[in-house]
Amino acid sequence: MATQPKLDVGVDYKDKYGFFFPEDYVFKAKRGLNPEVVKEISFMKGEPEWMTKFRLRSLEIFRKKPMPNWGADLSVIDFENIFYYLKPAEKQSASWEELPADIKATYDRLGVPEAERKFLAGVSAQYESEVVYHSLQENLTKKGVIFLDTDSALREHPDLFKEYFGTVIPPADNKFSALNSAVWSGGSFIYVPKGVKVDIPLQAYFRINAENMGQFERTLIICDEGSFVHYIEGCTAPIYTTDSLHSAVVEIIVKKDARCRYTTIQNWSTNVFNLVTKRAMAYRDATMEWVDGNLGSQITMKYPSVYLMEPGAKGDVLSVAFAGKGQHQDAGGKMIHVAPNTTSTITSKSISKGGGRTSYRGHIKIYPGANNVKSFVKCDALLLDDESRSDTYPYNDVDAENVTLGHEATVSKVSDEQLFYLMSRGIPRAEAETMIVNGFIEPFTKELPLEYAVELNRLIQLEMEGSVG
Amino acid sequence: MADFEIKDLRASVEGRQILKGVSLAINKGEVHAVMGPNGSGKSTLSHTLMGHPGYTVDGGEVRFKGQNVLELEPDERARLGMFLALQYPVVVPGISMANFLRTALNAHRGYDGKDKSKMVTPKEFRSLLKDELEVLHMDDSFLSRYINDGFSGGEKKRAEILQMAVLKPEIAILDETDSGLDIDSIKFVAEEVNRMRGPNLGVLIITHYTRVLEFIKPDFVHVLVDGKFVLSGGPEVADRLEKTGYSEWGKEEAAQPQEVA
Ligand SMILES: Nc1ncnc2c1ncn2[C@@H]1O[C@H](COP(=O)(O)OP(=O)(O)OP(=O)(O)O)[C@@H](O)[C@H]1O
Ligand SMILES: [Mg+2]
Repeated sequence: MATQPKLDVGVDYKDKYGFFFPEDYVFKAKRGLNPEVVKEISFMKGEPEWMTKFRLRSLEIFRKKPMPNWGADLSVIDFENIFYYLKPAEKQSASWEELPADIKATYDRLGVPEAERKFLAGVSAQYESEVVYHSLQENLTKKGVIFLDTDSALREHPDLFKEYFGTVIPPADNKFSALNSAVWSGGSFIYVPKGVKVDIPLQAYFRINAENMGQFERTLIICDEGSFVHYIEGCTAPIYTTDSLHSAVVEIIVKKDARCRYTTIQNWSTNVFNLVTKRAMAYRDATMEWVDGNLGSQITMKYPSVYLMEPGAKGDVLSVAFAGKGQHQDAGGKMIHVAPNTTSTITSKSISKGGGRTSYRGHIKIYPGANNVKSFVKCDALLLDDESRSDTYPYNDVDAENVTLGHEATVSKVSDEQLFYLMSRGIPRAEAETMIVNGFIEPFTKELPLEYAVELNRLIQLEMEGSVG
Repeated sequence: MADFEIKDLRASVEGRQILKGVSLAINKGEVHAVMGPNGSGKSTLSHTLMGHPGYTVDGGEVRFKGQNVLELEPDERARLGMFLALQYPVVVPGISMANFLRTALNAHRGYDGKDKSKMVTPKEFRSLLKDELEVLHMDDSFLSRYINDGFSGGEKKRAEILQMAVLKPEIAILDETDSGLDIDSIKFVAEEVNRMRGPNLGVLIITHYTRVLEFIKPDFVHVLVDGKFVLSGGPEVADRLEKTGYSEWGKEEAAQPQEVA
């Protein structure tokens, strides 16, 4: 697989990724957060009463919960100065042709149709807070696979929705899951029936495109017994100057013998606070894999977790973080071994440049009686200069017997020997450095579909050139 | 004036002077061998010529194609036509050999990501590699492996020569490329170097053994002791060293410079 594509980048970044179109919204909520705003959101969406109540209860919890006092500094977030809901178009579009012209132009530039031509099974492109475009290949529907935006799923599959929604991450889990539970909008809902293997990745594109607008998408994936799905979300955000909050919740249930892979590549604009709660429950002999790439944003706090609920369950987190000037990527993973004979691995790769800061924060918990557990954590940090910083905060709680726990951490710089070697073959310094960085994250990149691998290498190249943000 | 000229080159590593005035003139079409005891400064010479940042130039000059080579970055030296096969090739994880070779070749052709007409086409690249891999008895699978990652000692050396064959330098410095190669591999490497030998290539081959010189016949042999050439001559110098070793230069004062090229 070609991982160092030659691409014409750096010249058109602002044009291609930093563009935005005039806002043309049907409804725009007022700034700030109170029960009236929450009720209005629920009313606008025509939700059932239980959801309205759920939202209001979550708001209460959000208000009572203190801000996390660890990780990144979040004190600058002004919750009263954020729009909590925006609805870009009256109704869902069934096809690309029906999309409003400016939204279409946005996605044209993002290359969504091309990606679809290549290998998409379905696209749900989220413009602002709600999914406006949705297509799903017929064979998926025939197999009984549900792939909808979360709002539609609540309307169309109310019972299934209610059975699982909020069961993996309850509102009270943390302050930001409470916030999301109160004001969530959009996101993806996937249900894969027993034994069905979805052989093409399902994808969604997310974007923020309004000043001071929070985006609170909510994703729920249910893999029934023996099924498989690979879900991919990728983001490239426009460049803005005022603070913006992205606080998503992703809940996944992986039943017996099923496997789910969830791939994210995020490149939020450098003013975004990206505070995401991602958690999966894996049951007997099930496998959950988080593949998580974080670029951009001002602050990211994200620790995808897997609860290994029954014997044979397996959890994997593979993550990459890139922190440039003024950025703090606080990322990692959590593996909660509830049952014996479960295994987990966390592989974290981080790159810091221009004074950027990356932290690995991990938690391995092994419950009493969860014997014969194997868990391995490996974090590698690459510092591109002396101003940059990287820390690791591994926490282990082991209450069981016969546990194999491994932890390996390295911090390194781009080696002079490697740089000299590549340059001695005629490769200019900047390009050689980019190659070494892309080589460093190759264990991550090789897990991505080719288009995403190309995109990631390209984003790294842009970051290395310092032309982002 | 020779095509590639080293004049009174002095260089130090970590504050210690290693090269104490090295002069050498290489013309294209010639093969020069440099021999010398361990630690005499052979690799220091090769690294200094290629611009390794760990080696400080204290004086002297290196001229090639009208340029003062010592002022150039390593990548500029390479694109000017210089090549160094390292004594200890470096492992670079995550980058495939194919990607490495393609990027290096594109850089040599002046492709900077814009003018596609300068880019090596996949077809050209494939056919180019196919021939060279055959000569070196290397398997295709090397191309998809990471740079030198997990290569055996001999495989690394052959991979260096593969890079040379792809980049087609005009001045090639081979730093102990023969060390660690089995007899067959020495033959493959020698065959590849001899294929490239000709009026457009000057070679500086650093070695401890005369065996490789049986396959790659040198025009000149130089003996480096304690950072200076102490003897230069034809192929017979190598035979002499084979018999007597470096004992006669056991002390610097004993050095008897003769007919320095
Ligand atoms: N990076 C370095 N740091 C410290 N000393 C060095 C370094 N590189 C070279 N030297 C020293 O410089 C001297 C010359 O080393 P060099 O590698 O040039 O020798 P050589 O002639 O190539 O030896 P060999 O035949 O063993 O390859 C040695 O004493 C060596 O220890
Ligand atoms: Mg040496």
